[in-house]
Amino acid sequence: MHVDTILSFDEAMEKYDPVLGFEVHVELNTKTKMFSSAPNAFGDAPNTNVNEVCLGLPGVLPVVNKKAVESSILIGLALNCKIAPHSTFARKQYFYPDTPKNFQTSQYDDPICYDGWIDIELEDGTVFHVEIERAHMEEDAGKLTHMGGSTGRIQGADFSLVDYNRSGVPLVEIVTKTIEGAGSRAPELAKAYVAAIREIVKNLGVSEAKMEHGNVRCDANVSLRPHGREKFGTRTETKNVNSLRAVENAVKFEIQRHAAVLDSGVAITQETRHWHEDTKSTTSGRPKSDADDYRYFPEPDLVPIVTTPEWVEELRSRLPEPPAERRKRLQADWGYTDLEFRDVVNAGLMDEIEETVAAGASAAAARKWWMGEIARRAKLADVDPAALGVSPAVVVEIEKLIASGAINDKLARKVLDGVLEGEGTPAEVVAKRGLAVVSDDGALQTAIDEALAAQPDVAEKIRGGKVQAVGAIVGGVMKVTRGQADAGRVRELILKTLGVEG
Amino acid sequence: MAAINRDDVAHLAQLAHIEMSDDELDRMATELAVIVDSVKSVSEAAGDDVPATSHPIPLTNVMREDVVGHVLTVDEALSGAPDSADGRFKVPAILEES
Repeated sequence: MHVDTILSFDEAMEKYDPVLGFEVHVELNTKTKMFSSAPNAFGDAPNTNVNEVCLGLPGVLPVVNKKAVESSILIGLALNCKIAPHSTFARKQYFYPDTPKNFQTSQYDDPICYDGWIDIELEDGTVFHVEIERAHMEEDAGKLTHMGGSTGRIQGADFSLVDYNRSGVPLVEIVTKTIEGAGSRAPELAKAYVAAIREIVKNLGVSEAKMEHGNVRCDANVSLRPHGREKFGTRTETKNVNSLRAVENAVKFEIQRHAAVLDSGVAITQETRHWHEDTKSTTSGRPKSDADDYRYFPEPDLVPIVTTPEWVEELRSRLPEPPAERRKRLQADWGYTDLEFRDVVNAGLMDEIEETVAAGASAAAARKWWMGEIARRAKLADVDPAALGVSPAVVVEIEKLIASGAINDKLARKVLDGVLEGEGTPAEVVAKRGLAVVSDDGALQTAIDEALAAQPDVAEKIRGGKVQAVGAIVGGVMKVTRGQADAGRVRELILKTLGVEG
Repeated sequence: MAAINRDDVAHLAQLAHIEMSDDELDRMATELAVIVDSVKSVSEAAGDDVPATSHPIPLTNVMREDVVGHVLTVDEALSGAPDSADGRFKVPAILEES
């Protein structure tokens, strides 16, 4: 297999200036498809979510999904775009079995959203202003599985099987303007940009935003030019970049590969590249078609979408707080350090902690439980902490039980186990498992008398003034009560029994 | 007369997956030029103040609510397929694109 020569990233950066551009496809989470009432659902048996429109059968007519149009406008508004008063659909023609109509219904010269921007904050706080060219509506294609051959890839395949469940799923394609000036931060910016788009569409509630399900997909355009030159170099477009880390790695690899090609005096071929996660490299796809090869023309079966200011403003009023602003506000409210907050964000627990605090726990207690015992159990179960099955209300109730003295920290962990095993609310678990702290002095006194009788030499030492020896008796009592005693109270009672001043 | 040469027609035929003989390519080059000229007269009739028409019927915002409707069964979906396997359409391996 051909292996591309690459330059080290540092050397590539010394010689060249990268220019980026991104096309991010977002699958909307509408109940139905863009142009038909067939279900938009992931993971079902092949060809069970299709009707005659999704299959492009003769004589069928598409009808636009209003919710999908509104979701598209919401995305545009969240990206500070202008919303077109008048917008049409167009046919993009190509022959490939993932598209049964032999064209994709898309938008061409009058996208619904255009001229926007988004500020992308990198981890060290550096902000890049990224301009959005357009965000347009279109439909997803079916899914091909290449069969036969040895690699499972298209090369050497004997035939392909097609599932049209995804055919017609509403997509919004977000296209940036060219991004200059990223320099050596280019790979990091690529990752941060896609992460920001994913976060925004998730926050808007318009997409499931799971990259592993293909809900958010990125095509990354990269070109290099020698430092100081204004004219852009020839670009390549890397497809199939389906995780944040892959976006970062793919941009980095293409920069290194371009640099080596340019260094050898050869021109870059304008083409599609495919990212391979296994080899962390790209391979040549097909040469880029000119736009007119798609023979776009206005879709005769769909009428224009006209947006009134009232409609757009009504949608704008539905916009949630932008994710970046929300993070700043929550960190300030909770008083977490940068490191603590970053850990919470990385663990995906911001929503859970927010709900826990809203339900009455302190920010410190919420973090202690979610980042501690709950995260630990989630790791053992190999699930996300948020998916473990602990609700914010459970955390609040456990905290209240501790505050009231009904249980201690050690018992609280057992209560959590009980809740996870489906034994009910924390209070119910305490009752069922008999986990309440033993606060009945009579019961404690019996246990203390037994412990003192079992260790007469220790009792003698304490009587003689060696108060620190009391620990051994406290330990004995805790053992007998299976940890359900308040250790401080036990200590007090032991000393009182022996007539010694604490 | 619009300039549509034989190579343009051959390119279009290839994009549209239409097989054409040499004779047909020659004939279509002439005929398409006439058709393009005819359509051009529409642009000449409309002034700069007339916006391009995307649809002949003056309707906008024909939309439906996001409510799930009917689906086909797998057997129905595959009933027109030349070949199928495992509930899916079976198509020849296509190498030039992926």
